[in-house]
Amino acid sequence: MIKRLADWIVFDKMGLVPKTHFGEAVDFFIYDLMKIFLLLIVIVYAVAIIRSYFPPERARKILGGKREFGGTILAALLGIVTPVCSCSACPLFIGFVESGIPLGVSMSFLISSPTVNEVALIMLWGLFGWKVGVLYMTTGVAIAIVAGWVIGRMHLEDQIEEYVLQFRVGGGQSDVAPPTWTERHQEALDYTKGILKRVGPFVVIGIALGAVVHGYVPVDFVVRVAGRGNPFAVPIAVLIGLPLYSNAAGTIPIVQALIEKGLPLGTALALMMSIVAISIPEMIILRRVVKWKLLYIFAAVVAVAIVMIGYLFNAVLPAIQ
Amino acid sequence: MKIQILGMGCPKCKQLTANAEQAVKEAGIDATVEKVSDLREIMKFGVMATPALAIDGEVKSAGRLLSPKDIAGLLRK
Repeated sequence: MIKRLADWIVFDKMGLVPKTHFGEAVDFFIYDLMKIFLLLIVIVYAVAIIRSYFPPERARKILGGKREFGGTILAALLGIVTPVCSCSACPLFIGFVESGIPLGVSMSFLISSPTVNEVALIMLWGLFGWKVGVLYMTTGVAIAIVAGWVIGRMHLEDQIEEYVLQFRVGGGQSDVAPPTWTERHQEALDYTKGILKRVGPFVVIGIALGAVVHGYVPVDFVVRVAGRGNPFAVPIAVLIGLPLYSNAAGTIPIVQALIEKGLPLGTALALMMSIVAISIPEMIILRRVVKWKLLYIFAAVVAVAIVMIGYLFNAVLPAIQ
Repeated sequence: MKIQILGMGCPKCKQLTANAEQAVKEAGIDATVEKVSDLREIMKFGVMATPALAIDGEVKSAGRLLSPKDIAGLLRK
């Protein structure tokens, strides 16, 4: 439906020629632009409403009494529905530590939160079908659980800055009244607008790059370079993604275009997760509460987990699809 | 009345501070707006999500970017 509108705008109104590089690139650009922004608006709003029911305080209460393994799994799931902005990472981490929540459990939460991004999830669903969406979500959760558990087993508690352990848990946040329905709606609206402003430029750039790939890169180029024949494609993809950071939404248009050009789905997801899950800005922020050794180990463990998942999917996916 | 904005310097915290100052000006009350950026100081309030807003030492909101109107509402209570 949107595709027909896009085709009409590009080929009828603008007079471009179908099947030419430029025509196809612009068609892709307009189509993706409309589709993605529509999805973004609807879904981000819906998720913001859901998240208004899960303040970090609630996650802390739920995770407080749990034992390590069950807690790691729960934390990964809670990370998805609890809103965490990058500046709250520190207070949140400290709050968890103070409640006696094990380090591995906290890490699991901090990994799943940016990785299983609802924006990314639903866009993948919309663009590649429900199987890919579910795959992405389960992978993100699995990585959070495994990495969180491994970090927990490594007993790196000495890597937590000493002063963090000196705080006493206050009831500060539990006295705050929950928002009313009108407040939820207004905040969800503001949040959606904010996301569009913040993510919008990334998405537009991503779509433009995707459009160029779609229109100009020869079909078999990606397959030749990074297709099934290249056994190093997955680790290389992850290494490329390591220093890069983008909001999950911004990576999807590029990923979509690359997949269209033959990049195996596992490799594409690995690239995407590497960009999103390992974020240098976030690590710099966390440095205030945690020492470098833990941050390096965190990045390494997550990277390895992503590589394994990439290989796993490349092996398993053709059978499912 | 002392209003404190708890946050470590991300755009939301700056915006909340600006909104608080605007609310105070519009309400015409005698109140100071103070920005608390030190992590240790912030943790003394026991919040887990920033930005947060406290009035006379009590946390009134956490993790939300309140509009000047919202803040004015809190000031009235």
